[in-house]
Amino acid sequence: MSDSIYYFIQQIANGLTIGSTYALIAIGYTMVYGIIGMINFAHGEVYMIGTYISFIVLAGLTMLGFDNVFIMVGLAMMVSIMIASAYGFTIEKVAYKPLRSSKRLIALISAIGMSIFLQNYIRLAQGSRDIAMPSLIQGGFLLGDPDGSHILISYMQVIIIVTTIICMAGLTLFISRSRMGRACRASAQDIGMTNLLGINSNNVIATTFIIGASLAAVAGTLLGMYYGVVNPYVGFIAGLKAFTAAVLGGIGSIPGAMLGGLLLGVSESLTAGYFTAEYKDVVAFSLLILILLFMPQGILGKPEVEKI
Amino acid sequence: MQSRFSSAALAAGVTLILGFMVLGISFSVEGVVPTLEVSESHKIIGLLIGAGLVFLLQYFRAEVSKVTTKMKGDGQAHELPAFMRTEKQQRVLAFWAVGALLLFPFLSSRGAVDIATLTLIYVMLGLGLNVVVGLAGLLDLGYVGFYAVGAYSYALLNLYFDMSFWMALPIAGALAALFGYLLGFPVLRLRGDYLAIVTLGFGEIIRILLNNWTELTGGPNGIARIPKPTLFGLEFSRRPSEEGATTFHEFFGISYSSEYKVIFLYLMALLLVLLTIYVIRRLVRMPIGRAWEALREDDIACRSLGLNPTNIKLGAFTIGASFAGFAGSFFAARQGFISPESFTFIESAIILAIVVLGGMGSQLGVVLAACAMTILPEMAREFDEYRMLLFGLMMVLMMIWRPQGLLPMKRPHLELKRD
Repeated sequence: MSDSIYYFIQQIANGLTIGSTYALIAIGYTMVYGIIGMINFAHGEVYMIGTYISFIVLAGLTMLGFDNVFIMVGLAMMVSIMIASAYGFTIEKVAYKPLRSSKRLIALISAIGMSIFLQNYIRLAQGSRDIAMPSLIQGGFLLGDPDGSHILISYMQVIIIVTTIICMAGLTLFISRSRMGRACRASAQDIGMTNLLGINSNNVIATTFIIGASLAAVAGTLLGMYYGVVNPYVGFIAGLKAFTAAVLGGIGSIPGAMLGGLLLGVSESLTAGYFTAEYKDVVAFSLLILILLFMPQGILGKPEVEKI
Repeated sequence: MQSRFSSAALAAGVTLILGFMVLGISFSVEGVVPTLEVSESHKIIGLLIGAGLVFLLQYFRAEVSKVTTKMKGDGQAHELPAFMRTEKQQRVLAFWAVGALLLFPFLSSRGAVDIATLTLIYVMLGLGLNVVVGLAGLLDLGYVGFYAVGAYSYALLNLYFDMSFWMALPIAGALAALFGYLLGFPVLRLRGDYLAIVTLGFGEIIRILLNNWTELTGGPNGIARIPKPTLFGLEFSRRPSEEGATTFHEFFGISYSSEYKVIFLYLMALLLVLLTIYVIRRLVRMPIGRAWEALREDDIACRSLGLNPTNIKLGAFTIGASFAGFAGSFFAARQGFISPESFTFIESAIILAIVVLGGMGSQLGVVLAACAMTILPEMAREFDEYRMLLFGLMMVLMMIWRPQGLLPMKRPHLELKRD
């Protein structure tokens, strides 16, 4: 009896770990969608680039002989955030800004093109094989009997969840308190009107992309260290999952993205734990299709009113 | 001048920094120790060239935007050259083109015919997707799912029921259409970009199912030894596979050559493509075809005129899917081997790129784009590595500079003469 409860709690913990990284990536989708109403298809690639950058920095620091893990991870995350947000900013300027007034599908096709471009750019630059990173942070908390039924929560999992909470708290504060955050919320309601009121919407949109890319880089660093491998194709699936999370929570809503990410992570890990790991992606995509069909506004989103 | 130079220099500098982190440093793991080294010189040179290009583009921004606005055209369709403007001239031209294509395999090498067959498969896929994306305006990112359904239908029907290609072809098309219908029925109520993501998810689900349902589909190993099509029961092999059957060369009393098979496959693909073109041309002029375009242009106006958008979209979706099914089963027959590897999202993206490049809705454009997209990479094998990179770049640039495609569709229309 207690065996199965331990197993269940273990699955939940694993799900929350993955789910919180989905939530971090999903923020980028939901904020961009909330303000300019387009799906930033290339967002998953930004996450992938973030992972690569953090691996490169970690390797560089190891070569220089650093041995304080926290400084290494912190530095890797910072560099990764800086470079990834520069990528996010550039993607917006190059591929989306010229298309702001055109149809949604045109912008989406451009985003898909950007995603393919970035994926292959990394493939050409770093090779298409898996790059493995030896894990830096080992060990964890053990609850229960080490030889029998137990729950193992690794330090890495704790770090992921804590970092996510810090990021989310920071983002919530930024959005609710700062001047730019208010401008973001206003633009999400009516971008034309905010423009008329003297807010430079170009800056708001650029900020949105930078925030999204930074959070994706945080997720990339954490998840890269958790799994220990990266290849140029991880961005596609991760992006799709995060988009599912954003839709599940209600696209355009930031708390929704957090909730959706956690729900998706948990449901995936439960599927993997109780049924079969091979079909966990199928579960995520089926969930996406079902939500869009029956609850397109998501859990916390507002139903969209069609304006003529 | 000063600010122009400095902004261009800034852009180039950003490119250098962004690119250097990824292009300039190679990451490798020796044993358990991760190491970094400066990349090979060609990557560094590529990076410098890229930065130089960015600098030039930014520096001559005004001039570049002048050129690109011209490229954009006035949003109007492209005027066809004088010799192919009237219906009659077009018919004569089409006649000559088909004649040339029919003669082509007898005059060229085996390799060229093989590539031409592959090109024709892409033409068919492009035309099918063109119905969905170009005419009906529904972005379908899971088109490769229907292609996979068609390919696996033939392979499995042959494996388990020993069905011949010609029997399986209509079934494969019908099955793909059924999948299109079943998927489309619930999802077509969704708004454009949601629809795109849902179809993308669908394509991935199909691929994952094919990959994991090992008992039925062979999983990642795929299905091998799929027989080639026959000509009224005549096989194109050296010896008949069954006792008592005749092969093509025995029947006609000619010596065996493996070229017959290649030429036959090519001619069949050509036939299928011509049929596709004909069917779609007729469909466009039918009420449903006009409804597709009307719906693409204005959903609300359509509804207020009493058209049922879901049914119309469903029609486009189903018909588009059935063409992918035909193309899929032909692909399976040509390759002789299929595995889920052939049906990844990238394949969907390539087909979409063909439609986008050719001009949404334009058949001639799609045909030419499919030819360009498959023949150019074959001609320049050394660029094969960069193919997808360039596809991605092209999709972005096309959307920015010429969203209507190279040869956009032109509807026959009458105009009042104004003095």
